Amino acid sequence: MLALIRKDLQIEFRTKETLASLLLLGVLTLLVLSFAFDPTSELRVEAAPGALWVAVIFAGVLGLNRSFLAERENECLQGLLLCPVDRGTIYLAKAIGNFVFMMTAQLVIVPIFIFFFNLPVSAAFGGVVLSLLLGILGFAGIGTLFAAISVRTRAREVMLPLLLLPLVVPIFIAGVKVTGLMLAGKPFSAAAPWLNLMVGFDVIFLVVGWLVFEYAVEE
Amino acid sequence: MSTRRQSIDLVLGPLTGLVMLLAIFMVFVYVPSDRVQGIIQRIFYFHVPLALMTFAAFGLVAVASALFLWRGSRTWDRLAHSSAEVGMLFCTLVLVTGPIWARPVWGTWWTWDARLTTTLILWLIYAAYLMMRSVSGPGDQGARYAAVLGIVGAVDIPIINRSVYWWRTIHPAVLITREGGSGLSDPRMQATFGVCFLAFLLVFLWLLLVRNDSARLRDAVEELRQQALMQASS
Repeated sequence: MLALIRKDLQIEFRTKETLASLLLLGVLTLLVLSFAFDPTSELRVEAAPGALWVAVIFAGVLGLNRSFLAERENECLQGLLLCPVDRGTIYLAKAIGNFVFMMTAQLVIVPIFIFFFNLPVSAAFGGVVLSLLLGILGFAGIGTLFAAISVRTRAREVMLPLLLLPLVVPIFIAGVKVTGLMLAGKPFSAAAPWLNLMVGFDVIFLVVGWLVFEYAVEE
Repeated sequence: MSTRRQSIDLVLGPLTGLVMLLAIFMVFVYVPSDRVQGIIQRIFYFHVPLALMTFAAFGLVAVASALFLWRGSRTWDRLAHSSAEVGMLFCTLVLVTGPIWARPVWGTWWTWDARLTTTLILWLIYAAYLMMRSVSGPGDQGARYAAVLGIVGAVDIPIINRSVYWWRTIHPAVLITREGGSGLSDPRMQATFGVCFLAFLLVFLWLLLVRNDSARLRDAVEELRQQALMQASS
C-alpha cells in the first residue's frame, strides 16, 4: 500500500501537473468570488468561509478527475489491478494520495484566502485547519470512488461533479459552519458537533468506498 | 411471460385507473376544505402520498442495487433502474406540488427547511444516477456503477438530512410549520388521504412493473441481437 501511495506521489512530484492545476483553480476561484462581494462591505467576512470551501471543492473535483486519467493512459489501471493486493487497498492508497494532493494545495490556498479576505491570523485557524483535514479526507474518500467510475463513462469530466457535488453537501455545510464559527471567534466547543459530523462522514464513506471499490474498477 | 404482461395490463392498470378516479373525486368533491388553509390544503392529498412513494422508490433502488452487486443478476439491476426512473418522476411532482402549496400558506415558494433541502438534493442525486445510466455503456459495467451510486446515495441521505437540519436550526427559522400542524381531524379527510395513498401506491406499482417489463424486453432483444451477430460472423 505504501508503495502504491509512493508511486502516485512520485509521479506527481516529477510533473507537478495536478498540483499546479489544483492550486491555480483554487486561487482563481477565490479571486472570482472576491469580485462577487463589495470589498468594503461587512458581508465580505460573512461570505469568506463559503468562498474558501467553494475553492476547496472545485479545485478538489479537478484533482480527482485527473487522478484516474493517468491510470487510464497506457492501461495502467490494468497493471494496478493485477497487483497481488486487495482492491480495497488500492482504493485506500488512491484516496490517501488524493488527500495529500488536496492538503498540499491548501498550504497555498489558505494563506491566499487570508490575504484576499483580509482576515486576522489567530489561533482560531487551528479549528479551520482541522475542518479542512477532516473535510478533505471525506471528500477524497468519496471522490476517489466516483472518480474511478466517472473516468470510464462518456463525458467523464462532467459526470464527476454531477455525481459528487450532491453527495458532499454535508461536508460543505459542516466546513462552512466550522470555518465561520472559528473566524467569528466562537469557542471550539461550538464547532464540535460539526466536526463530529465530518468524522462520521469520513468513517462511513471510507468504509463504503473500501467495500464497493471492487465493483467500480472491475471490467 | 405473456400472462404476466396481461395481468399488468388487464388487472393492475384498470384497477389503478378506478382508484385514481375515486381519489380525484374525493379530493375535489367529497372532502371538506381545511378551515384555516382553505382550498389549497387539498393538494396535500397528492403531495404527501407522492413523497412517501418517492422514498419507497429510492429505498427500493438501494436494496435492488445491493442485491445486484451481491448476486449479479440482471433482474435486480432492471428493478433498480425502473424504480429510479419512477422515483424521479414522483420526486419531481413532489417538488412541483410543494411550492404550489407553500406560496399561499407560507408566503414563499421555497424555504431552506431541512425536509425541502433534502428532497432537492435527493432529486439531484438521482438525476445524476439516471444520467450516469445513459452515459455509461450498456451491459454490466454501467449497471455496476449505477448500483454503487444507488447504495452510496442511500447511505448519504440520512447524513445530508442531519446536516441541513442543523444548518437551518442554528439560524433563526424562517417559517417552520408542517402540514401536521393543521391535522386531519375530520374522518372524511382521513378517508380521502387513505384512498389517495392507495391510488398512488397503485400508480407506483403499475409504472414500476410496466417499466420493468419494457427493460426486460429490451434486454431480451439485446441478447437475441448478440446471438444473431454471433451466428452471422461464424
